[in-house]
Amino acid sequence: MKIKDVMEILDAELIDGQNLLDNEVHTACGSDMMSDVLAFVKDQSVLMTGLINLQVVRTAEMMDMVCIVFVRGKRPDDAIISLARDRNIALLSTEHPMFTACGKLYEAGLRGGCSPQ
Amino acid sequence: MHFQVSSEDFTRAGEASSAVKKALKKLGLPPDIIRRVAIAMYEGEINMVIHAKSGEIDVVITPDYIDMTLRDNGPGIQDVELAMQAGYSTAPEEVRNLGFGAGMGLPNMKKNSDEMTIDTELGVGTTVKMKVYINTPS
Ligand SMILES: Nc1ncnc2c1ncn2[C@@H]1O[C@H](COP(=O)(O)OP(=O)(O)O)[C@@H](O)[C@H]1O
Ligand SMILES: [Mg+2]
Repeated sequence: MKIKDVMEILDAELIDGQNLLDNEVHTACGSDMMSDVLAFVKDQSVLMTGLINLQVVRTAEMMDMVCIVFVRGKRPDDAIISLARDRNIALLSTEHPMFTACGKLYEAGLRGGCSPQ
Repeated sequence: MHFQVSSEDFTRAGEASSAVKKALKKLGLPPDIIRRVAIAMYEGEINMVIHAKSGEIDVVITPDYIDMTLRDNGPGIQDVELAMQAGYSTAPEEVRNLGFGAGMGLPNMKKNSDEMTIDTELGVGTTVKMKVYINTPS
């Protein structure tokens, strides 16, 4: 699946990263706790979160994630957008709440990027 | 590499880890090594910002390993064994609202480093040293 597919499945709006839409994603992870995200590692993940701050982008950066989806229509500010742009991380915003967004991606074949241990 | 970390501004937490990650990428190190260093150092940096007042980080990169030393002048840790347990946290609610303070930091730093030591004295500060081997020693 590509980031543009994620965008379509979640009826999401592209906030930034037009040039990244063809990047591949294999796994996804939904959480508002960044330390939980940091405790579970896998490649090429999408991070879904309802949290809006710079540490969301930093967490994604440390984990080599390529796309962040803000759920429930939340929108990042300019500082978040410019950091994500610099780190080559695409930003999407969907109106769906977390549970629905995760379910839709799972149904479409994406698997959990947050396996325990 | 040397960094000053200040707790004034939570938004800046992670800048040092980000700089180290970039440097390691430039050196062409294996992605899993880079990620382990980045995660371990980032959690350590977040701890400095959340739990201590200020601190400094020294990172030494050699062909064999990466050494991180995080030194702060914070309150110190009363019971290191307890602090190392997953889920133990003294972080206030407002930190949890920022996405941290789940008590996963120290255990995750341990998991991602090959060696980790904590030197701490109440009222004086805490020094966390972590080492990640580039070629895992047998
Ligand atoms: N640098 C530090 N200075 C003082 N206390 C610390 C420091 N690092 C960790 N601690 C203590 O150890 C606890 C556990 O740390 P950690 O596992 O990173 O969880 P968290 O940061 O989410 O609380 C913290 O809640 C805090 O009480
Ligand atoms: Mg912590």
